[in-house]
Order: sequence, then C-alpha cells, then structure tokens
Amino acid sequence: MNARLLPYMLILPVTLFLGVFFLYPFVLVAQQAFSGSDGFSMANFRDVFSYWKFPISLKNTLLLAAIVVPVQLALSLLMATMVSKMKKGRDLVLYVWTIPLGISDLAAGIIWLAIFEQSGFLNSMMSGLGVIDQPVNFLSYQHPGVIFLAIALAEIWRATAIMLVIIVAGIGLIPKEYYEAAEVFGASPWKRFTKITLPMLRPSLQTALILRVVLAFEVFAVVAALGGTLMPVLMGEIYAYQFDLLNSNAAAALALVVLALSIAFTVIILRVLRVPKGASI
Amino acid sequence: MAQIQIKNVAKNFGGYQALHDINLTIEDQEFMVLLGASGCGKTTLLRIVAGLETATTGEVWIGGKRVDHLAPKDRGIAMVFQNYAVFPHLTVFENIGFGLRMQKMSNEEVTRRVERTAGLMHIDQLLKRYSGELSGGQRQRVAVARALAMEPDVILMDEPLSNLDALLRLEMRAELKGVLAESKTTAIYVTHDQVEAMSLADRISVMHQGKIIQAATPIEVYRNPAAKFVAGFIGNPPMNFLDATPAGDGKWTVAGQVVDGPRVNLDRLQFAIRPEDIQLAEQGMSATAKVVEPLGAHLLVTCHVDGTSFRAVLDSDLTVRPGDTLMLSPQPDRVRWFDPETNLAVA
Repeated sequence: MNARLLPYMLILPVTLFLGVFFLYPFVLVAQQAFSGSDGFSMANFRDVFSYWKFPISLKNTLLLAAIVVPVQLALSLLMATMVSKMKKGRDLVLYVWTIPLGISDLAAGIIWLAIFEQSGFLNSMMSGLGVIDQPVNFLSYQHPGVIFLAIALAEIWRATAIMLVIIVAGIGLIPKEYYEAAEVFGASPWKRFTKITLPMLRPSLQTALILRVVLAFEVFAVVAALGGTLMPVLMGEIYAYQFDLLNSNAAAALALVVLALSIAFTVIILRVLRVPKGASI
Repeated sequence: MAQIQIKNVAKNFGGYQALHDINLTIEDQEFMVLLGASGCGKTTLLRIVAGLETATTGEVWIGGKRVDHLAPKDRGIAMVFQNYAVFPHLTVFENIGFGLRMQKMSNEEVTRRVERTAGLMHIDQLLKRYSGELSGGQRQRVAVARALAMEPDVILMDEPLSNLDALLRLEMRAELKGVLAESKTTAIYVTHDQVEAMSLADRISVMHQGKIIQAATPIEVYRNPAAKFVAGFIGNPPMNFLDATPAGDGKWTVAGQVVDGPRVNLDRLQFAIRPEDIQLAEQGMSATAKVVEPLGAHLLVTCHVDGTSFRAVLDSDLTVRPGDTLMLSPQPDRVRWFDPETNLAVA
C-alpha cells in the first residue's frame, strides 16, 4: 500500500459514515428550511421569528445558559482543584461525582420533578418542619422563578461532571514545577490559580465550555419534565413545530438558528481563550 | 548579608530516610555546590532550604533568621529549576518580572529590573517572545534572569545546566559563575556533575546516602578526599586503589614495592593515587597495559597492577601498546591512604 495514501484510506470509512449520516441529512434540513411553496424562500425564518413564543424561548434558552454554564464552570474548577490535591481516594470521588453523567436528561428531569412537585420531597420536608401548612405547587405558572431555578439546579446537577472530567484531565497536564516556581516567586494559592492554572488550562476550558454551551442551547428534556409548556425553550419549540404543528419546514429553520447560535458561541469561546503561538505547555 | 545555616536537618519519606542529621553552614556570598549521585538527597536538601519540602527534624536559618516555618516567598530566596519552569503562557518579560509583580512593584521598577537582568543574561532581544519560541539555552537564561531580578539574598539552583548540550553547558557555566559573583548572593547549587562542581564552587559538599561526606574547597576535596567514596567520585578518571600490607616502621608494601606511609597500627590499608600523579620510571610498580586510549592532551592507559585494574594518565608522546609492561612510579606527596574498614582517610 502506498504510504502516502494510507492515512486517507484509513479515515475514509469514518468520512463516509459522517457524510452519509450527518452531512447529507444536514443538507436536507437546510434545503427544507429554505424552501417554500415555490422554491427558495426565507418564509420559514420569517414565520419562526415572528411567532410570539420565539423571543421568549430564545430569552429563556440564553438566560438558562448564561446562569447554568458559569456556575458549572466555577463548580467544576473548584471540584477539579480539590480532586487534584487529593492523594488517596481521588478516583472514587471522581466516580461518585460523575454518576449524574450516566443518567439521561429526561430521567434527571424526573428526579428533580420528584423533589419539586406538589407531593414531592421538598413539600413533605417543609411541611414536616412546619414551614408550610399545606403543599405548595412550586412548578405552577404562579412561580416562574421557581421553575427556572429548578431547571437550572437540575442542569447543574446533571451536567457539571462533563466539564469536571475535562478540567481534571487538563489540570493533570500542568507540570508541578510551574506551581513550585510560582510559589517560590511569591504567588499566593489564589494567585497560583489565576496566574498559572487558569491560563494554562485554556485549551481544556475551550473544550469544556464549547461542549457545555452547545449542550445548554440544546436543553430540552429537563425543561419538558419540570416546566412543561410554562417555560418555552428553543429545542422545545423545534419539537412543537415538528410534532404538534406538523410544520417541518419551520422546525428545520429553527434548528438552523440554534446551529448558528452554537457556531457563533464556539467561535467566540475559541477567540477569547486563544493560546498565542509558542505559548502552549 | 545572608549566611545559611542548616542545623540537624533530617528528612524521612514514609520510612525512607532521605537525609540524616545534616549540619552545614554556607557563608554570606559563598557559592556552595551540593554534589552527589542521584538519590543522595542533595535535591531534597535544596528543597528544604527553599521551603518546597519540610524537614522532618532540624532547623534552617537564613541571614540570622529561622526560616523553616516560613513560606518560600518569605525566605529571601530565588530558585532556578532543573526544567527551567519558565511559564509558557507568559512572555519572557513577564516571566522575568513574575516575582516582582507578585510583590506589587511599580511598573517602572519592574521594567527597570527586567531590562537590567535581561541585559546581564544577554536575552534583551527576546523579551516579547514566549518560551515555546526559545531554545533550551535561552530558556535557561530566562530562568536565571527571573531569579536574579528578585535581587535575592540566596539563589538556589537545582541542576540548572543538566538539560543543556555539552558545549552550551560549558558556556553557561562560565557565564553563571561571572554573573553570580557580581550579584553578591549566596548560592546553593545542586549537581551530579563533578566538573561543574569543581569549576563553580567556593566549597563542595559531597553527599552520599543522605549524608554530607565532606564539605571543603574543590582543590581540598580533590587532593585530600576525606573518604574513599569522595576519592572515587571526584576526578575523572577516579583515584586508583591498591591493597597495602604493613612492612613495619611506617612503611607499607604495595604491589611488591615498599613505600612510606602512615604510622598506624592496622594490618591492612588502601593505597590511593590519582591517575595523573603517576609517571613512567626505571623502577616502580610493574603494570601490564590492557587498554590504551589516546585522548589528545594525554594518554589514558588502563592496566593491571597486582591483579587490580589501575589507570594512569601519561604523556601523549609515549608509545604504549596493550600487553606492554610498564614501570609506574607514583608521586610520593600525592599518595593518600584509606582505612579499608571505615573507608575514611588515614593521615
């Protein structure tokens, strides 16, 4: 076998696979989004943007991401720092912390529903403590803030570990000598974190943030379980277009909007956390 | 002014005794080299002085102040690491200025000091670069400049030249010596390279198995090794040893020859002589040449004397072939004696 061709031959199967099962459907979706009754048209996008639920679902999705992702970033950095300082039992702690990753997002939503619903843990605990006389329906339209909080909590509980594992791996790659040098040259533990850990972690932070932000834009099952129709998000709207309103062209158009958002944020994250040439470990 | 005193320092790593009761005083502005093979405890001792490691017992004093309970930054030290530890995400300028920034020094002062030390280390052209764009030698210079910029009382160096290629090492060694002498800091320098130790040190502490075997000037360590270990470790090729039996009245029989020796009441001694302190003579110890290595400046001959391997550094004009029988004469004032029981020098 020609050595120059071999690499291409080896990646051919996966390229074909992605072409058939990803690129081709993607082209179909795009085609659908841009087609109206008489060929190419932006009508689907106009429909989607002018629908009254679009601004609300966009706002909810962005707000959720804006609150959940920073909290998860802070938490996962804290947890990763603690774990990497541990000498014994490190793996066990990591396994326990990553358990929520093994649970599907719908199941996670249902677990938190069991906590917040009218006959749930929270109500029975509060009435047991005598804080409330009768059960409160936290997840009703009267408490939109509580719904939002419950969804944010469920998302944080469910998906922090994915950032954690990436950051733990990243911290493990930073040589110990840099910390010792920083210590000798007078950096406090906090300074060592901000001046050594964070900048050297940029590649891992990029990966973790891109993954997490894109996933946050795709939030669906947790919202469906806890908020139902009370808190519309973009993914929920795509689902509604496709299966309730039977308008697959609009669903395709909205899907492309979400894709555009994801790409835009990916580019921003890549730019902001760029590592200059020659400055990597 | 910073004298360093290490008092009764011992270090135990979970059952493994890395250092045994170390006592060492390093005078102000002295250049002290800790020399030993890997695992002898020299780096551990340096890290204890730096504060990166805690001694199990004992005290460390710097400049008349007890520092073993202080954080590294409060000890008045700066350090050069073996792998340089030049921060990859910072430019050369910010690397050199790192410690100054941590002290919240003004921008002008940081710039002044960074430019001065960068000039001293000849890296003033590289200030805007990242470490990924530097060669090993340049990174080494940044690491030294970063330490010097702190204007520390004490500078600690952990095998700073070991990752450089031979030629560069030679160049940096000379430069380091000059720069450090100028800076008037007290220095502790860890190395396993005896040539480096000899060339840099005011004093060398030879370490072995967690103990300091001898702390003395390079020439003293070389000429009068306190123990057989030092004699075998310092000098390349190392000292030759031959068994000696008493011939009475302070005379000893070595390889069939009777030589003057110490008046001690022992039934065995070890006769020791450096390969370069041996000459060809009409009469002397009979040796059979085994391997002849012309090294340009001289001729290194490995031979057998009395059934023991024995090296002699001879004049490069001589013609010696393997199998030749040579008459070797040791220079009498360079002969040293060791007690084979204690392995210590006998006067």
